[in-house]
Amino acid sequence: MPLLEVNDLHIGLQTQRGPAEAVRGISFSLERGETLGIVGESGCGKSITVMSLMGLLPSTAKVTGSIKLDGQELVGLPEKQMCQLRGNRIGMIFQEPMTALNPVHTIARQVGEPLMLHRGLTKAQARKEALDLLDRVGIPDAASRLDAYPHQFSGGQRQRIGIAMALACGPDLLIADEPTTALDVTIQKQVLDLIQGLVAEMGMALILISHDLGVIASSVQRMLVMYGGSAVESGPTDTVFADRAHPYTRGLFAARPALGAVRAGRLPTIRGSVPELVDIPRGCGFAGRCDFTTDACHTTKPPVARQPNGHAVSCLHLDAVAAHATLAAA
Amino acid sequence: MGLFLLKRTLTLLGTLIGASVIVFLVLEILPGNAAQMLMGPDASPDAVAALATKLGLDQPAWTRYWHWIGGLLTGNLGDSYAYSSPVIDLILERLALTVPLAVMAMALTVVIALLVGVTAAARHNKLGDVGLMGMAQVGIAIPNFWFAILLILVFSVQLQWFSAGGFEGWGEGIFAGLKSLLLPALSLAVVQAAILARITRSAVLEVMREDFVRTARAKGVSQRMVLWTHVLRNAMIPVITVMGMQFSELLAGTIVVENVFYLPGLGRLIFQAISNRDLIVVRNCVMLLAAMVVIVNFVVDVLYAVIDPRIKASDI
Amino acid sequence: MSAILSPSVPASSAPLAPGFWRRAVKHRSFVIGGVFALLLLLAALISFVWTPWSPYAMDMANKMQGPSATHWLGTDAFGRDVASLLLVGARASILVGVIAVGIGLVVGTALGLLAAARRGWVEEAVMRLSDFTLAFPAILSAIMMTAVFGAGIVNAIIAIGIYNIPTFARITRASANAIWSREYVAAARACGKGSFAITMQHVLPNISAVLIVQITIRFAIAILAEAALSYLGLGTQPPQPSWGRMLSEAQTLMFQQPLLAVFPGMAIAFAVLGLNLLGDGLRDLLDPRLARAR
Repeated sequence: MPLLEVNDLHIGLQTQRGPAEAVRGISFSLERGETLGIVGESGCGKSITVMSLMGLLPSTAKVTGSIKLDGQELVGLPEKQMCQLRGNRIGMIFQEPMTALNPVHTIARQVGEPLMLHRGLTKAQARKEALDLLDRVGIPDAASRLDAYPHQFSGGQRQRIGIAMALACGPDLLIADEPTTALDVTIQKQVLDLIQGLVAEMGMALILISHDLGVIASSVQRMLVMYGGSAVESGPTDTVFADRAHPYTRGLFAARPALGAVRAGRLPTIRGSVPELVDIPRGCGFAGRCDFTTDACHTTKPPVARQPNGHAVSCLHLDAVAAHATLAAA
Repeated sequence: MGLFLLKRTLTLLGTLIGASVIVFLVLEILPGNAAQMLMGPDASPDAVAALATKLGLDQPAWTRYWHWIGGLLTGNLGDSYAYSSPVIDLILERLALTVPLAVMAMALTVVIALLVGVTAAARHNKLGDVGLMGMAQVGIAIPNFWFAILLILVFSVQLQWFSAGGFEGWGEGIFAGLKSLLLPALSLAVVQAAILARITRSAVLEVMREDFVRTARAKGVSQRMVLWTHVLRNAMIPVITVMGMQFSELLAGTIVVENVFYLPGLGRLIFQAISNRDLIVVRNCVMLLAAMVVIVNFVVDVLYAVIDPRIKASDI
Repeated sequence: MSAILSPSVPASSAPLAPGFWRRAVKHRSFVIGGVFALLLLLAALISFVWTPWSPYAMDMANKMQGPSATHWLGTDAFGRDVASLLLVGARASILVGVIAVGIGLVVGTALGLLAAARRGWVEEAVMRLSDFTLAFPAILSAIMMTAVFGAGIVNAIIAIGIYNIPTFARITRASANAIWSREYVAAARACGKGSFAITMQHVLPNISAVLIVQITIRFAIAILAEAALSYLGLGTQPPQPSWGRMLSEAQTLMFQQPLLAVFPGMAIAFAVLGLNLLGDGLRDLLDPRLARAR
């Protein structure tokens, strides 16, 4: 049985302009120890999806579909039981390390908190464990800094502390929502390496969210491309990078500036801009911005075309896209 | 922390000195010849001059100011014009009522406000929140002396549980004394609690939107525990600042409320002194009240730094 | 890719954005507060033209009556009609409010703008002065003033007004400072605009929303202060009716006619409540960051 099974997940949110669907039927699964990356722009629903795994959506959100952790259904799970899972079997790291820690609690207290909560450790025991964890995530001279406050640490160090907190109880699944986006480029690689190392060492499954294709390329075995609340393409990372069957994926890759490449003229962009949640087209979310749009795209939701190697794409015009790609490469 | 305390203490002293200058100017220099006022317009110039010399009013302003400051520090505040007894005795006697009253009122305020504010925030936008905040709005609009009168109407005239005024004195026992202070303290507390409850609620709501609350929940901390262990301490920072400012409003309120209940406190003393044109009493009482306000603000500043570890480091 | 950053300051300099009135009538606090405040104004205005009875006419035979068909809210210790007294008393409240807030607004805002424009020692001086003045709560300074200059509505107004000055100065300075650090002000200075022009054309219009809200709040506080002073006998003097003084007279008669203590207090409470709600409503409606939760 897979560790995590998400089936036809739909999430509705209340926006300023009324109710809108933020996630429109996402399905994926994750085995123990497997790593999955989710790629997409801001507003495509990647954060909402993982927040629903944690059960941390606003109370006005409507969730339908199924999320199963080791066979246990999470959708509709009573809050009390959900609290027992969070920080215990599922750990999460967030994007903004500068604001993710409580400014008036010491780091010993914050790292020890999940341990005291889920493992029933005493304060002294939790403190000792916290020291171990902080050493493991690479906080220099951790022993003397246990009673320090978050503002006394740098951004990269605070993110490490966040990682220590998320891993404290040895979760089966680690979710990292853009963990390096807010960090300096020089620190990014260190933190990513740290996450990967710990994930491998502890045999955890990892869901890594990023908008940076470079990060995805080097960090995860499988990837999912999201747009407008749907998964438009998914599969093993190498395959998706090589094939790029969906027009949106093609657009994403084309828009990256390449170091050393000689380009005449402007960087290609995807035409138009991401519509607000309430304005996303009924059929395929990408309709209108896509060069291959037809009338059918606005009304029909494209079915998922799966290949044996695990590569899946949702598009009504796969042939046209593939033909165009062959032409362009020639 | 040492440097922080030093700077704050210097500011405290500066403000106290500034306030004393203002008080002195307004109540000593502006009125003109106090002796003239005391004796009335028909008194003979000789009698006025004699009184002026007796009261030390013929000396230059500077000297009188320093004399007064020296007196403040040594506890010799001179004699009341009206009663001819030492001002310090009068004040101390009255403080024995006003200070417990203010403290009781502040305690009631804090308890009511925190309960109401946190409860309303926890039930954000639901009926409990709207209801409590509606009551708070009304509470702010009610004049404290009118609420005092209403309390008397209900609890003294109708129910006869409390007397309609007066103070038994601490000689009758602490409980009896506190009982006479309960209605006054309550009428002071209700208005301030209403204001503080709104501030508490919005402070808690603001803090609940912060990222670290999401992190705490991601660790498995329940919503209720998050509120009490993570949010509250952060929310207290703005709340305590307001509490400090409220203390001065509270003290001002005691002036009026003491008159409603005929309590022999500092407020009533000031009031009577004004009627008697006993400016030396007024001057010293006002200075005392102003000093209490400034000192409380100082304590609040220090508490601020104790609660929020970032202040000590950054604020120099 | 195309995240749209919304500016946190209004794009136009006018405080009333288009669609203001449409949103305003739907806003609960604004409507209720507006109605109460309007009623207060109407009461005072009507009192100039008509009152059920003359507020000065005594009728000892009918003193301390409860509400009846002839005297809608009853009579006081001298047989005067309570309803008429309340209507005329509204005048004192409004007068004090307008002038006291006006003093604070004009002088305080000027000082605050000056402090923000000049910075340096001018700002320090203004701030220190307001610190000293804030050590004296409104009642206290009013008492000081009346102790020296005698009781009366004029002195009460001046005292309350003087206390409003540091409040407006501080708020103006804080808001003005925020505007001065904006980029369009830097651009204006680069074009050679002087401080006075910038203050008038950029700073003042952009802080007007904050000031408008503050005005309603301080108006409410002024009404409360006037009532307290009149209650103590230091404010509006007889025979001019005042809600506060009506309460102090009523207190001596609590056992005989408790209702006398209820109506004037309710009048004060409604007036203050109305202004507070109006201020809350205006704060919500004029705040460009409308997504802020209340």
